[in-house]
Amino acid sequence: MAKVFGAVTIDSQRCKGCDLCVVACPTDVLLLEPRDVNDRGYHYAFTAHPEACIGCAACATVCPDACIEVYRVVKRDE
Amino acid sequence: MTKEEIIRPENKVYSRPELLTDNYTHYCPGCSHGVVHKIIAELIAEMGLTDITIGIAPVGCAVFAYNYIDVDWIEAPHGRAPALATAASRLNPDRMVFTYQGDGDLAAIGTAETIHAANRGENITIVFINNAIYGMTGGQMAPTTLLGMKTATTPYGRRADLNGYPLPISNILATLDGTCYVTRQAVHTAAAVRKAKSAIKKAFENTLAKRGTSVVEIVSTCNSGWKMTPAQSNEWMVEHMFEKYPLGDLKTQKDPSL
Repeated sequence: MAKVFGAVTIDSQRCKGCDLCVVACPTDVLLLEPRDVNDRGYHYAFTAHPEACIGCAACATVCPDACIEVYRVVKRDE
Repeated sequence: MTKEEIIRPENKVYSRPELLTDNYTHYCPGCSHGVVHKIIAELIAEMGLTDITIGIAPVGCAVFAYNYIDVDWIEAPHGRAPALATAASRLNPDRMVFTYQGDGDLAAIGTAETIHAANRGENITIVFINNAIYGMTGGQMAPTTLLGMKTATTPYGRRADLNGYPLPISNILATLDGTCYVTRQAVHTAAAVRKAKSAIKKAFENTLAKRGTSVVEIVSTCNSGWKMTPAQSNEWMVEHMFEKYPLGDLKTQKDPSL
């Protein structure tokens, strides 16, 4: 079976910490930074469990500030 | 695979639309406006309409829409976006004209302009953001506010005997002969965002083909006005808003006998 590897990058300065990507992620990759804030005072999102990402882009699709980029690699068995 | 192997330009499946400017939006965290701006920016670029699009910005939270999407915009007086769009589309028949309006703009002060533009069948797209509250001015009751819903001006909930009933303006517009496409969508999940995007695409295609007025209502949240977190307000919207404003197409084509 093919295996899917995904990764996301988050523009933490643009992020407003609205939590919508955390709720939308089906594999619980994202969390809001519990202590740190960005320059505008928001608890930005970060990839807490990057190994679980499948690159489905649900987080980026619901992000109101368009600060998430998604990458995906599909590896088929030889 | 390591993160460096995955994060390469050839593996990119989703990125910030190029038509969105680098400005930080002034919207509250989690506001639906950002998502709708994003899908409009994606669509205009995908459909190759960058040079021929004219957007009409409303008064309301989306008043600075022209700062965020890099196309031509006109800023309309409060509620008068469909009137300006009429002028813009009649004087520039080769352009794709759309208005972007909230419920205070479209369903309250601009009801007359909206209904008459739709009744004349102007070749414009109306993107209507319905969050059932006046978000920009501090969460007062709007015509679309649900019965029993608490707002700054109805602190005990909206009462039918005192404040009247919620106004389903899209249903009214769907009964007019001038409209060719009226639909109601939402942007609370990834699937809903994709459906809303295809609805706006269909509306833009209608406008390009000069089939009449297209109306895309987006049932939205206003977490600041509703006094909830963004995630809670999405749940509240599914529970309460969809009962009065059910999603789906209200009208898909003009009456063929006309």
